[in-house]
Amino acid sequence: MPKKNVNDHGVEVMEEILDGYNDKTKKDRKKKLDVVKADDVKCGIVANRKIRPGVMSMRGCAYAGAKGVVFGPIKDMIHISHGPVGCGQYSWGARRNFANGTVGIDNYVPMQITSDFQEKDIVFGGDKKLSNLIMEANTLFPLNKGVSVLSECPIGLIGDDIEAVSRQTSKEIEKPVIPCRCEGFRGVSQSLGHHIANDSLRDWVYEKDLEGAPIEDSPYNVALLGDYNIGGDAWSSRKILEAMGLNVIAQSTGDASMSEIANTSKAKLILIHCYRSMNYISRYLEEKHGTPWVEFNFFGPTQIFKSMRAIAEKFDDTIKAKTEAAIKLYEPQFQKIVEKYKPRLEGKNCMLFVGGLRPRHTIPAFRDLGVQVGITGYEFAHNDDYARTLEYVDQTTFIVDDMNEYEMEKLIENFKPDLVGSGIKEKYSTQKSGIPFRQMHSWDYSGPYHGLDGFAVFARDMDMAVNGPVWKHLTPPWK
Amino acid sequence: MSIRQIAFYGKGGIGKSTTSQNTLAAMAELGKKIMIVGCDPKADSTRLILHSKAQSTIMEMAAEAGSVEDLELDDVLKSGYLDIRCVEAGGPEPGVGCAGRGVITAINFLEEEGAYEEELDFVSYDVLGDVVCGGFAMPIREGKAQEIYIVTSCEMMAMYAANNISKGILKYANSGGVRLAGLICNERQTDREDELISALASKLNTQMIHFVPRDNVVQHAELRRMTVVEYDPECKQAGEYRTLADKIINNKMFNIPTPITMEELEDLLMEFGIITPDDETIVGKKAGEA
Repeated sequence: MPKKNVNDHGVEVMEEILDGYNDKTKKDRKKKLDVVKADDVKCGIVANRKIRPGVMSMRGCAYAGAKGVVFGPIKDMIHISHGPVGCGQYSWGARRNFANGTVGIDNYVPMQITSDFQEKDIVFGGDKKLSNLIMEANTLFPLNKGVSVLSECPIGLIGDDIEAVSRQTSKEIEKPVIPCRCEGFRGVSQSLGHHIANDSLRDWVYEKDLEGAPIEDSPYNVALLGDYNIGGDAWSSRKILEAMGLNVIAQSTGDASMSEIANTSKAKLILIHCYRSMNYISRYLEEKHGTPWVEFNFFGPTQIFKSMRAIAEKFDDTIKAKTEAAIKLYEPQFQKIVEKYKPRLEGKNCMLFVGGLRPRHTIPAFRDLGVQVGITGYEFAHNDDYARTLEYVDQTTFIVDDMNEYEMEKLIENFKPDLVGSGIKEKYSTQKSGIPFRQMHSWDYSGPYHGLDGFAVFARDMDMAVNGPVWKHLTPPWK
Repeated sequence: MSIRQIAFYGKGGIGKSTTSQNTLAAMAELGKKIMIVGCDPKADSTRLILHSKAQSTIMEMAAEAGSVEDLELDDVLKSGYLDIRCVEAGGPEPGVGCAGRGVITAINFLEEEGAYEEELDFVSYDVLGDVVCGGFAMPIREGKAQEIYIVTSCEMMAMYAANNISKGILKYANSGGVRLAGLICNERQTDREDELISALASKLNTQMIHFVPRDNVVQHAELRRMTVVEYDPECKQAGEYRTLADKIINNKMFNIPTPITMEELEDLLMEFGIITPDDETIVGKKAGEA
């Protein structure tokens, strides 16, 4: 099949995809696919809806959103996967949220702690077991700064009172114990898990006005929210913020401590990277403490400079001057990266299908390298994310919500992108069809991709994927 | 002859456990080999047969031993009056855990351990109150109880429960072959109650298999943790249970129930004067306004 392009054939391919469905699924999926033009102001997608039965969705569950994304990266807390062993075991260490510290002392991120529910716990309830587990974990790891209880599906079914256990054990160990009702069957995707986890932090940290370590008050105190330090992202972002003269008092939740989480409420400005997963807590803190928040994007020089200036706008001239100085310093360094990789990537086409932020946030970074993103889509975005996506779109773009394997295959078959960025489940089928691939959830065992350090790695990785010599050997010698 | 698996359902407090144990004791007298599977976390389905307060249950012992795999059949199976085999599924205290799952676990255990392979004529399940969730429907699913006896009275909520249970049976009737085998009416000493339950039975496409009169001797026996059949074999009430036992043994009427709507049920109750037609003029009026 000859290679098509989105501008000329987008609508036609969309129709073809929809025709492959039965009537009910077609009607549903019609609201999830759209081909938008560069100057469109509205995206027709209705997002955050239930998956059609029978399609191979790429989504996760509420537990994945709460444990894997929001709570998991908080390093000095013990995170309990409450329920049968599987959920904790199979999600163990999969997200690459790095954390500094000594394991078992001030860093529990690499651990998997579960209540390992058995039949008898289902029948008789697991509250006693949970309470024993919390006490035991606190004895084994006395330096922990708190505990989170992340409930798996059966807990919600049998109605265990994890809140009561949390309240009780919290008194006994004199540390916060935060229950989180993130049962996997709730909601339509991991997105609800983010929301539930945000609400747990709200109710059990900010509503209780928990105190972090004392910090010096300064007008330049900021909190970095929604950076999960995948492959070290937050460390790289932090460098830039510090170069701007800002004082990052809290990172949340990548490489975060319980103290930082509590101190987030003391920031003068909240900088939010992953809007989808942490906007709830930002809105709450704005309401309670009047802390303003601003979205930013630290992927690729264009957006980094734009974001730096936008953040500086919120501060006085000192910060503005430092920001300009930092940009001056960074410009040639970014220039060097672009000069090295752009010639190798110029004119390539990319298809993205990631979570709730990167499908728009990384588009300009690709563009900086001469790569066009013609197809993009989210696993678990909401309608406001699609509105935000249009700001990033400067050419006809095929947008898909909650893409499934069939649609992905069809899109690859028709548009033959030069590079696909998605998750591990999509990686091997794409590579087997001869298309270079990068995992854009976990940075494919690489990273960071944020900031200056990150852009160098990002550019190198994309070049490596697209121009890897292996792709020259797709046709066997006998053909 | 293969094992006949029967179950007693009915509204909570209607006298299921008393009726079932007395009837089963009478069936044992007639030479039938019987096993009782109590499916109620209260574990009181076998006390009259075993003369005990409450039998240790499968789930209780499994929790103590670590898991249900650590149990042996002999640990949980007790023999009572006339060698009736007794086992209780057990479950959590009220308000915690999942009692339904306890029933499922216990019945699976009995099956795996070959409790049904013994020389038995009848297996009887005594199930709590209403079919509140999938766990309590376990005894009427495929390969389990084939004949359901609903214990009821002419009280409105008991009849309502009987109708609801029929819905549960209907759900599994086509996939599993479970059938409604009859209503057992416990006397409340009100007018025309036997007629009313007969009428309900015919609407549900079944029979009132027996009308059990009220007799204080039942309470006397219960205080001694005995069935009437054992406590006072000569009394009239023992005879009633023997009749019911005989009817169950020879019962051939196994039908797919036809549950009725709430309206039909109310019409029936009105016909028998249990409830009076709604007076629409008083709806929503406070005490002072009337």
